[in-house]
Amino acid sequence: MKVKVKFFAALHQMMGTRELDLEVAEGLTVAELHRDLCVRFPRLADYGDNLLFSVNAEYVPADHPLRDGDEVAFIPPVSGGAHAH
Amino acid sequence: MLIRITPDALDPQPFIAHVRRDEAGAIALFLGVVRNNSQGRRVLHLEYDAYPEMAEKKLREVAEEITSRWPITDIAIAHRTGRLEIGETSLLVVVSSPHRQEAFAACHHAVNRIKEVVPIWKKEVWQGGASWVEGEGERQATLQPE
Repeated sequence: MKVKVKFFAALHQMMGTRELDLEVAEGLTVAELHRDLCVRFPRLADYGDNLLFSVNAEYVPADHPLRDGDEVAFIPPVSGGAHAH
Repeated sequence: MLIRITPDALDPQPFIAHVRRDEAGAIALFLGVVRNNSQGRRVLHLEYDAYPEMAEKKLREVAEEITSRWPITDIAIAHRTGRLEIGETSLLVVVSSPHRQEAFAACHHAVNRIKEVVPIWKKEVWQGGASWVEGEGERQATLQPE
């Protein structure tokens, strides 16, 4: 099945791409997809695992199983608004 | 309810007009503004990246949560994306309600929730480098020259 993975902010910069279209195994979870991509892209592994997962623009737990056509994002800690403090 | 993610400058007036009601005696407006310094460093400008579809959805959820918790008459939220110069508005929240206490409380809570759940990220650019800010004050170690 096919999924799309989107990268934002620091992850976009590290990956050098905004999105990837991938062929993955049926029933793969988002955390497994992240682990697989860390093997393929060591830069992603370097980033670490301080991330949340989203599927189709909604936060999901790590064990969320993917379905064909899903849009996945790895979400770094957010920092909207004007200032961190 | 009005929600916007936009690369364009944020003018508060249309948002204030949107929430204004004859029965609302209070309008609270919050503007998040780009500051010229961060942790002792002089900031040149900021860049905001967003997951637009999800950010819009999460802003709407925050607005709905606020509307269900406080007796407000209306709420509008806007967040800017892209490059922002010092003094420009990155976040706008405006709430109208019959009385001022609810407007202040709802506006305050909305700003806090936005900073927790909305997938928008800020990059600080200063002389000789830049870094993505992650979470409340956490800073990613990698710095790269601009």
